[in-house]
Amino acid sequence: MFKRSLAIMLTIIFGLMMIGCGSSDKDGGAPSDTVKEEVKENIVVGFSQLGAESDWRSAHTESIINTFTEENGYELIFEDGQQKQANQIMAIRTFIQQEVDYIILAPVTEKGWDTVLQEAKDADIPVIIVDRMVDVADESLFTCWVGADFELEGQKVTEWLRQYTLKNNIAAKDVHIVNIQGTLGGSSQIGRTKRLRDAVEAYGWDLLEEKPGDFTRTKGKEVMEEFLKQYDNINVVYCENDNEAYGAIEAIEATGKKVGLDIGNGEIMVVSFDGVKRDAMSYALKGKIACIAECNPLHGPRVQAIIETLETGEQPVKFHYMDEEIFSAYESIDVLKIDEKEYSVVHLTQEIIEQRYQ
Amino acid sequence: MKNKLKNLSDTNLLLLITIVVFFVMYLCAMIFLGSGFLKAQTFFNILNANAALIIVSVGMSLVMITGGIDISVGGVVALVSMSCAVYLDYHDGNIFGSILIALAIGLAFGLVQGFLIAYLDIQPFIVTLAGMFFARGMTTIVHTNPFNVANEAFVALKDTRIVVPFMGSVNRLGKYVDAYIQIGVVVAILVVVVFFCMLRWTKLGRNFYAVGGNTQSALMLGINVKRTKFISYLLSGLLAGIGGYVYFLYVGSGAASHASGMEMNAIASSIIGGTLLTGGVGNILGTLFGVLSLSTIKNIVSSAGLGEAWWTNITIATMLCVFLLVQSVVIARKKRAARKG
Repeated sequence: MFKRSLAIMLTIIFGLMMIGCGSSDKDGGAPSDTVKEEVKENIVVGFSQLGAESDWRSAHTESIINTFTEENGYELIFEDGQQKQANQIMAIRTFIQQEVDYIILAPVTEKGWDTVLQEAKDADIPVIIVDRMVDVADESLFTCWVGADFELEGQKVTEWLRQYTLKNNIAAKDVHIVNIQGTLGGSSQIGRTKRLRDAVEAYGWDLLEEKPGDFTRTKGKEVMEEFLKQYDNINVVYCENDNEAYGAIEAIEATGKKVGLDIGNGEIMVVSFDGVKRDAMSYALKGKIACIAECNPLHGPRVQAIIETLETGEQPVKFHYMDEEIFSAYESIDVLKIDEKEYSVVHLTQEIIEQRYQ
Repeated sequence: MKNKLKNLSDTNLLLLITIVVFFVMYLCAMIFLGSGFLKAQTFFNILNANAALIIVSVGMSLVMITGGIDISVGGVVALVSMSCAVYLDYHDGNIFGSILIALAIGLAFGLVQGFLIAYLDIQPFIVTLAGMFFARGMTTIVHTNPFNVANEAFVALKDTRIVVPFMGSVNRLGKYVDAYIQIGVVVAILVVVVFFCMLRWTKLGRNFYAVGGNTQSALMLGINVKRTKFISYLLSGLLAGIGGYVYFLYVGSGAASHASGMEMNAIASSIIGGTLLTGGVGNILGTLFGVLSLSTIKNIVSSAGLGEAWWTNITIATMLCVFLLVQSVVIARKKRAARKG
């Protein structure tokens, strides 16, 4: 009895599914005008974000969601990869099946995207990479890239630190640095770590240890606690984002040490990246974070501009770098000279912060 | 219908519920969300992405049927991926060797955990919790940084596609695209078939149910309870090893964070598939549909435009609750009906 009823039920359901599949083929085959008109009304954009680990990421997600709204003529399908490449690959495959018009990808790591990007290319869906870079053999697999120059950010911070040590007569061998890295394998971590290592080698600083803090406050605190137990001569903490810096400051202050610029007299200096939230800026104003290299998360409008260019049939520039500042409350350093180019330091005041976050 | 219900065993009844719910869910997705779900490839994508979870969940169901639990599986999957990745890229390994490594790691975990649980009578939760920590720790020791495997033979195997005839679709360029599955799916289906048959038609399989249903009566029936339990953990470990390799084959990289939370997904899939946490009830076919339901609901949630991770999690939580509720209500009613009749 059971088997028969099950068999009947399954047959019915399978039958219905077949009908469903069959009708879809017909839809796909026939050049129906209604479908095309619909596409023109609303541009469908699939966005695979890598996760929600930091303030920067939240601001980034928000920027894109707020740009691709229905009022602006878009339909956005947002997908959170929860820090897993497998999830993101699945998301892109889903977008391809849904036949979206554009795919925006914020990749969690640089490698391993060739296969799925080839699938998108075969389906003629332009892919715009945002934030971190992808490392693919064939660069035609993606249409454009929007993001920050992470190496330049690293250079800004290390150059600022170099000038600071020169101005305050601190010998290079007395600069004892620990590095709380970002999530390993992402472009931001790679670029920022690379430039620190370059600087350490060039200027003869003492890099005690590097450890990933995964861009989070809790992990940053944990790592800093371990560092403090292991080394008693740390005087510079290089945090690869603000959330890690919050955690590191918490850990330092819990041991009774002081966070600040005066590293000659036992204070520990924290330098950081991103500068997205007001919190980070207030820390910087108080000198708890010595300097912050901005990483601009507002990619939405830039990506929209690219899509608008593509809609007109033109080919936009492939690489788009965001404009970024460097912030510090320390007033004796005005200009950073990096690779023959000059970058002025924004000296933080309460007014500047109010202006940015009004 | 009432009479029919009465004749169903608990296992079959729960299986029926799962299968029906899955198909209804998929049908609703096809009707209301359209586009993507109407293509066969969407379903195959779900299979491709979840082949490893299917295999691991089968192992989980086996231990759950005997009344146990194995939460080390996610860690084992990560350890297998990392070890195979390091072997292939840093030690010039070959495919055959990497498969052996995967099986060996799985078996080793199964052996040790099974021995501790079955013969030393330690709580399975504690033993496998320790196993999970050990596996995660070892993964980081094997290699810290995440990386993608570049070994050519492996990449070729990873990208191998098995075309499913007549199921392809026409894309928007008007080009016909073949539907395909990956090798992992074939392995997963084989695993499901083998263990479905084992549970249904072999003595060992029946012993699993007996031990999980009532250990005392199983003992009195002359079943070697310890050995049966030991074998269930051994199989779960082995399947975690195989699942680990299939997972590795899908992601093509090693990372300490791989498969985090996979053990919980496996438990959830088994429960949705009609396996009771108390043991003695469960079906491998149900587990297969459990995994499919879980991943389909994820797909539906994101296709409906609720891409944030918490929506997926909340939906799965709700679904688990509903399933558990339905299961207990149905079984309670059936028992009452049986008593009356």
